[in-house]
Amino acid sequence: MVDTVTITTLDVEETELRLGLPGAGDKKRGFEETVDLKLNLSSKDAPSDQAHFQGENVTDDANTSSAKPPAKAQVVGWPPVRSFRKNVIARSAAEESAFVKVSMDGAPYLRKVDLKMYKTYQELSDAFGKMFSSFTIGKCDTQGMLDFMNESKLMDLLNSSDYVPTYEDKDGDWMLVGDVPWEMFVGSCKRLRIMKGTEAKGLG
Amino acid sequence: MCLFQFQSVMNYFPEEVLEHVFDFLTSHRDRNTVSLVCKSWYSVERFSREKVFIGNCYAVNPERLIARFPRLRSLTLKGKPHFADFNLVPDGWGGHVYPWIEAMAKSGINLEELKLKRMVVSDESLELLAKSFPNFKSLVLVSCEGFTTVGLAAIASNCRFLRELDLQENEVDDLKGKWLSCFPESCTSLVSLNFACLKGEVNVVALERLVARCPNLRSLRLNHTVPLEVLQKILVRAPQLSDLGTGSFTHDPDSETFIKLKNAMKNCHSIRSLSGFLDVNGRCLPAIYPICISLTSLNLSYAPGIFSNELIKLICHCKKIERLWILDTIGDKGLGVVANTCKELQELRVFPSDLYGVGNTAVTEEGLVAISAGCPKLNSILYFCQQMTNAALITVAKNCPNFIRFRLCTLDPIVPDAVTNQPLDEGFGAIVQSCKRLTRLSVSGLLTDQVFLYIGMYAEQLEMLSIAFAGDSDKGMLYVLNGCKKLKKLEIRDSPFGNMALLSDMGKYETMRSLWMSSCEVTLGGCKTLAEKMPWLNVEIINEHEAGEGEGEASCDDRHRVEKMYLYRTLVGPRKDAPDFVWTL
Repeated sequence: MVDTVTITTLDVEETELRLGLPGAGDKKRGFEETVDLKLNLSSKDAPSDQAHFQGENVTDDANTSSAKPPAKAQVVGWPPVRSFRKNVIARSAAEESAFVKVSMDGAPYLRKVDLKMYKTYQELSDAFGKMFSSFTIGKCDTQGMLDFMNESKLMDLLNSSDYVPTYEDKDGDWMLVGDVPWEMFVGSCKRLRIMKGTEAKGLG
Repeated sequence: MCLFQFQSVMNYFPEEVLEHVFDFLTSHRDRNTVSLVCKSWYSVERFSREKVFIGNCYAVNPERLIARFPRLRSLTLKGKPHFADFNLVPDGWGGHVYPWIEAMAKSGINLEELKLKRMVVSDESLELLAKSFPNFKSLVLVSCEGFTTVGLAAIASNCRFLRELDLQENEVDDLKGKWLSCFPESCTSLVSLNFACLKGEVNVVALERLVARCPNLRSLRLNHTVPLEVLQKILVRAPQLSDLGTGSFTHDPDSETFIKLKNAMKNCHSIRSLSGFLDVNGRCLPAIYPICISLTSLNLSYAPGIFSNELIKLICHCKKIERLWILDTIGDKGLGVVANTCKELQELRVFPSDLYGVGNTAVTEEGLVAISAGCPKLNSILYFCQQMTNAALITVAKNCPNFIRFRLCTLDPIVPDAVTNQPLDEGFGAIVQSCKRLTRLSVSGLLTDQVFLYIGMYAEQLEMLSIAFAGDSDKGMLYVLNGCKKLKKLEIRDSPFGNMALLSDMGKYETMRSLWMSSCEVTLGGCKTLAEKMPWLNVEIINEHEAGEGEGEASCDDRHRVEKMYLYRTLVGPRKDAPDFVWTL
């Protein structure tokens, strides 16, 4: 027997799906509401100018402190520091070298690369190609290991999903290369590992 | 004797005597007050005033300045609003100095000193300045833009009696020109030269010769292209320096050059102020230990390359420091060392070193508490920190009732108390209640209307207040406007204050220099109302969305929120140099 479904008239508001945080309907602006406004998540009708506020980690239980602070928001003009000072810091950061170890699964030894020498992920990837091409002259090893005879084939492999570039960040976590802006990557990368695709599950 | 009798007696004195008496009044506020007493005092004062300070260049115009103060010799002008420093004001907004220089040149003003802050200074202005005032002595540019090394060359070539060329944190187009070699051989009058903000190379031979022929040189700040070898030679020629900004400070510490530098430094017994280190090798720092003991001012805030332990070693030598600017790389532990060592400390600024958010450890409330406990003379602080607590601020307030300036900047603008997760209202409340002489305050972190209730109640001497991402409602802003009687500058961003607060006491703005509100709740209609009722205010709306893109109806809708509003009192009506995106209502 099929149950008949009784449709009752529900108050539309109650069923309305909103992307606000708990309590977003209140007049009083608390922390949640302020964040709402900035992210334009709430369904306010008044025309509003968006604050330039992206990337803030918004969690439902905003009141519980997490072990790791949320990602710093990219707010225009915050922290309030003059451009001159920002440029000095950036320039300094750019000039220090950032040598990190690079390992590639299957290669007999590791290499070191100065991340400050590169400006983009592509440049870094090209550098890897040159660096590890020396290992192409060699035998085919075990089953898992692919036979790569030249640089371009290696590049294809690096760019394909068979090999995955990963790095260890300042917190000791292994991350996939390419998610964050280049400068942020350079600042937080402690070492690199080019993993075989089969081992890289769970990172993608 | 009451003032009336005193004044009558004073009026029996010939004007020269009054003038002589007024000579002792150096502060422009005192002079302004004196000029209000009566017509004859106004007249004597205006003919005798040589130094004029104009906090907002659009509050008056050059003609009125010259008409009132014909004997003007030294002028200070400020242009863009403070938040322009943080990219909140679009390019082309205004603040041009040219009309001022042109007018003074035409009127035969004998200008000797010009100090500009946040103004647009073109090469043409500098050329006109250099050629129009034969006695010109001092040019100080702070946070300005619009000029290149060509303009500097004009100053160097033409100002025969130049004593001071001080460029602080300006955006200068360095065309790799030879400006420094433009100082003629006959120029021997330099007392102060600061080109730390220039990006390009200078002629180091010309620099050395310039230093050698200027025996009165007291202050020299180099840019990052000047290598350590040259610094060494300069110090040998100018051991009388009292203020030094090193250029690059990196070299092989075992080399002969470095040893020569150490010796040269030891000979510089007069250095009291040290800055620079724009490029630094920490192992070279011991060269400055001998002068550290006499330093009263140290600025290491442009040197992210110095690690915390090196900073700490350095600080241990600096027992007489009164002013310290550093980066948060010093850490809480380093601030503890400062607290134990620097008992004469009056002003501390801790700037953020991590601007890309990669998670370097910054300082926390611990460092601030340590400083407040250890440094009894502390009266001015700018502190960028990762977190703060009410308890810490309450302790700081108790330890330091003498703050004149208190500026706290949490790296996350709405971070709550790190321990209790409450807003930081109580902490800032304690600060304003305890620090009765507070004139400048910047608040940050999670804040409700309550903090503004405290500020309105207690901050009686407050002149400048900076607010960002704070408050719940119009009440917050109202507390401040109603309570802070001496308020001169109020700047607010990203806070829920709207028309009700803006319009509640419109006369208040005539007692203030300016009000900035961006990303708040005020609407075009509210601003229009204010502009209509207050003819002595310029109410400017900055609207960055270009014409044709929803302009016309949508943005002329009075209910539309205004992105950026800047209003200021003025004697001269709407300015004529406003660009397209600025509407004066």
